[in-house]
Amino acid sequence: MARWALTRLAGISATLAILYFISVFVGPRMQEYVLNVVILCGIYVVLAVSLNLINGITGQFSIGHAGFFAVGAYTGAAWSVLWLPRIIDLPFLKLGTFVGDATNLLIALVLGALAAGIAGFVVGLPSLRLRGDYLAIVTLGFGEVIRVLLLNTEAVGGARGMSGIPALVGSFHMELFWVLLLVMLVILVSRNLMRSVRGLTFLAVREDEIAADAMGVNTTKVKVTAFVIGSMFAGAAGVLYAHFFTGISPDAFDMNSSIIITTMVVLGGTGSITGSVVAAILLTALPEFLRFLKDYRMVIFSMTLIIMMLTRPQGIFGHREFSLRGLFRRKERRREGSAPV
Amino acid sequence: MQALVQQLIYGIQLGSLYALIALGYTMVYGVLRLINFAHGDVYMVGAYVGFYACTKWLPFKDLTTNPSAGTANFAFAILALLLAMVLCAVLGTVIERFAYRPLRNGLQQADAHFWGIIAALPVALRFGPLLSPLGGGLFIVLAVTFGFALRPVMTWLRRRIVLSTSRLNALITAIGVSLLLENGGLLVFGADQKFIGNVVPETNWNLVGIQISSGQFTIFCISLVLMAGLRYIVLYTRRGKAMRAISHDIEAAKLMGIDTDRVISFTFALGAALAGAGGMMVATLTHVKVSPLFGLLPGLKAFVAAVLGGAGNIPGAVLGGLVMGIAEAFVAGSAYSTYKDAIAFCILILVLLVRPAGLLGKNVAEKV
Amino acid sequence: MSGMGGALLEARSVTKQFGGLAAVSNFSVSVNPGELVGLIGPNGAGKTTVFNLITGVYDPTVGEIVFDGKVINPLKPYQVTALGMARTFQNTRLFKNLTALENVKIAGNIRSKAGLGAAICRTPRLLENDARLEATALALLEKLRLAHVADLRAGDLAYGLQRRLEIARALATQPKLLLLDEPAAGMNPQEKQELRELIREIRTEFGLTVMLIEHDMKVVMGLCERIYVLDYGQIIAHGTPEQIRSDPKVIAAYLGTETAA
Repeated sequence: MARWALTRLAGISATLAILYFISVFVGPRMQEYVLNVVILCGIYVVLAVSLNLINGITGQFSIGHAGFFAVGAYTGAAWSVLWLPRIIDLPFLKLGTFVGDATNLLIALVLGALAAGIAGFVVGLPSLRLRGDYLAIVTLGFGEVIRVLLLNTEAVGGARGMSGIPALVGSFHMELFWVLLLVMLVILVSRNLMRSVRGLTFLAVREDEIAADAMGVNTTKVKVTAFVIGSMFAGAAGVLYAHFFTGISPDAFDMNSSIIITTMVVLGGTGSITGSVVAAILLTALPEFLRFLKDYRMVIFSMTLIIMMLTRPQGIFGHREFSLRGLFRRKERRREGSAPV
Repeated sequence: MQALVQQLIYGIQLGSLYALIALGYTMVYGVLRLINFAHGDVYMVGAYVGFYACTKWLPFKDLTTNPSAGTANFAFAILALLLAMVLCAVLGTVIERFAYRPLRNGLQQADAHFWGIIAALPVALRFGPLLSPLGGGLFIVLAVTFGFALRPVMTWLRRRIVLSTSRLNALITAIGVSLLLENGGLLVFGADQKFIGNVVPETNWNLVGIQISSGQFTIFCISLVLMAGLRYIVLYTRRGKAMRAISHDIEAAKLMGIDTDRVISFTFALGAALAGAGGMMVATLTHVKVSPLFGLLPGLKAFVAAVLGGAGNIPGAVLGGLVMGIAEAFVAGSAYSTYKDAIAFCILILVLLVRPAGLLGKNVAEKV
Repeated sequence: MSGMGGALLEARSVTKQFGGLAAVSNFSVSVNPGELVGLIGPNGAGKTTVFNLITGVYDPTVGEIVFDGKVINPLKPYQVTALGMARTFQNTRLFKNLTALENVKIAGNIRSKAGLGAAICRTPRLLENDARLEATALALLEKLRLAHVADLRAGDLAYGLQRRLEIARALATQPKLLLLDEPAAGMNPQEKQELRELIREIRTEFGLTVMLIEHDMKVVMGLCERIYVLDYGQIIAHGTPEQIRSDPKVIAAYLGTETAA
């Protein structure tokens, strides 16, 4: 057991070190515009993969994900802008220093994720009795309620939102570090879950809730867990968003935003982690690089959605995942002469 | 006390509007179990038809310079109303046929021609507006060519796509159509808000201190007439009976020889016509500013109304609409007026948690 | 907490009302450990409702369900399964998009000891647990002659194999009591014969108590030691196959079974 823990620790340290080097050496060499797009892509990947956990893997149709994104962003921003200044005299919390910025961001991340997780619990629990379209509409409704609440709360800026959030993500060229870290985390958690039998019970809830119940799966616990984990990651993404773009307002978290994230999951293939990643990158990067089509952007987007549903409803990747093992198996089978999968 | 009654009156008028739109949602949900997200945008299109009809297409006379043109204008207004209803009915039918039906029945040859037209639009528009000989001619040529070229594509796709009965796919498509109508509207109509001035003579009546505008009253009356018409169709015609049959059991309806596709189209047309009427009346009689996104919120509220009354239940939609309207009126008149839009969602969440079948709906449990 | 007097499962004067309609009224059965009991009756008699009441899908309006000495009325289905009761469904409810092996593994998870955190961190304890689950599941599939389809999508399997997989899945929860809802439905005589042997085999091998709902008289008579007959939600007869066969009330209720005995 101790040996395992040590190996794990070594692995984690190595990964963190690699991410650090990428962030500090590759980051500054990128054009600022490209870097911004990469960061945005990363944030949306986290959003899409976390939503996929709720929608694709557990089969709960939640389309108000931007609400959790907002809760996280605002909570994190509240820490840095409203609460931190009150206890700033602690040495390791001093803004402007490497340790200070990182610690503050970590605290913001934890708070944001927790707050979003609570929101996820609040949304997930009552939604248990609902199925299909009704669940979808209620989650959309919750997202809107959160937005209207934020709009009407003067303490966090109301309609103007919050600005002047310290750029903790970008300080000391750590943007890539933080974003890539969160991306890796969300993909790892999803993937590990899916590889375990415990994760299979989530799929069981998606496939047939009544049968899963009969087979000993606590469907309530599974659904709420999915909501909480999914929303926590969305909240964390929100914190990064707030501390990179230094300004947030309720408009950034409206129904359109929720729908875009949902589209990413559906386009990639509900249930496929790879699909969510690819679709998130595509749908974030393409509009940026096709800026000249600015006015037509949303029209093209909605057309794509419709055409996708009509021609390939299971999404690009369907239920499948990209795996190196899968590629090897296919190569072997081809060599042996039988037909590839 | 007076203020309360005033708010009540306002709430009833608002509610009758929500009821008109809610009917469309509930009928479509009844026959297809689909939440037609795009329905609110049909309402918006109705408002725009009203705008263009009143300002450009029909010879309305300016009432300030010709005060006696009142009756003539009224006649044109009725015409505009009918126009809005017809055009929206067509829109509703088109949406059903090309966005929702392929999910039930698979892609067909006719879809190829539809998409051919869609594909031809942007190409032809680059060379000139559609109404010009160059643009128009090019459009027709391209539309026909693309249409025929896409036919084999449809056949190919038809073979490869496994039709899933997932209602969620249809929901996503509906969201897509809604986005398309909104953003397409932005492109076509422009984001600037359109405004219709007084086209029909309007007065305000004062009953024991309560103000009622003629516009509000007209909306209420016409809504009643339309709802009565709908009731007649649903209860006393064969098509209506078919609609009801389908909402009970679509497979059985098919086995009984009902052409479900046709009846479903008809259902969409009816609902869309009502929404279009609502949109046109609102734009013309209450002088709200019309923009491509203006159907979003009323659509959502009307949807909540439909669920509140019991999705699929026609009297329920009317009841739900009234409740929503009155609730909103009271919130708007209270100290928490900025929350008036959120009240819709709060009611929705409450209903779905406490009584998901709605006020007049029946709970159908899943058979284990 | 073993049952006094030995009954593993007891239903005491259970009534279930749906609105004004009593689907099941004054229903009392008892099943002793190791028995093979049958529940028969015409269509619509309420047999599946009885199973749903016993497994916790429905709450009895009146009466008690006692399993292994515990009153289980308020429990949810997954809790009832944890206590040692498993069921199959009249129309198979397999996890269609998952493989046969995965279907069985999921059911086995109820006896696993690894939590969510362990799963996410992939601790050695989890890996060991999952490996054990997989081995057990494979062994179970082998025993039910399904090993050759372990990696196939459950929805793609032949009907007979699907029904067997349902049984395998239920067995994976390590039940004391197995409830089979029309396991022979849609099978040809050869398959029904195999099924009868299978049920006897697993009863012995796993030390099970079995209760089954069936329409096919040949299956029921050849298999069950005791039979309850349900009609319009009430028990109209109870006894050994010979007693049931000649009971006039049963004959009247059925008026022609689909297969001659």
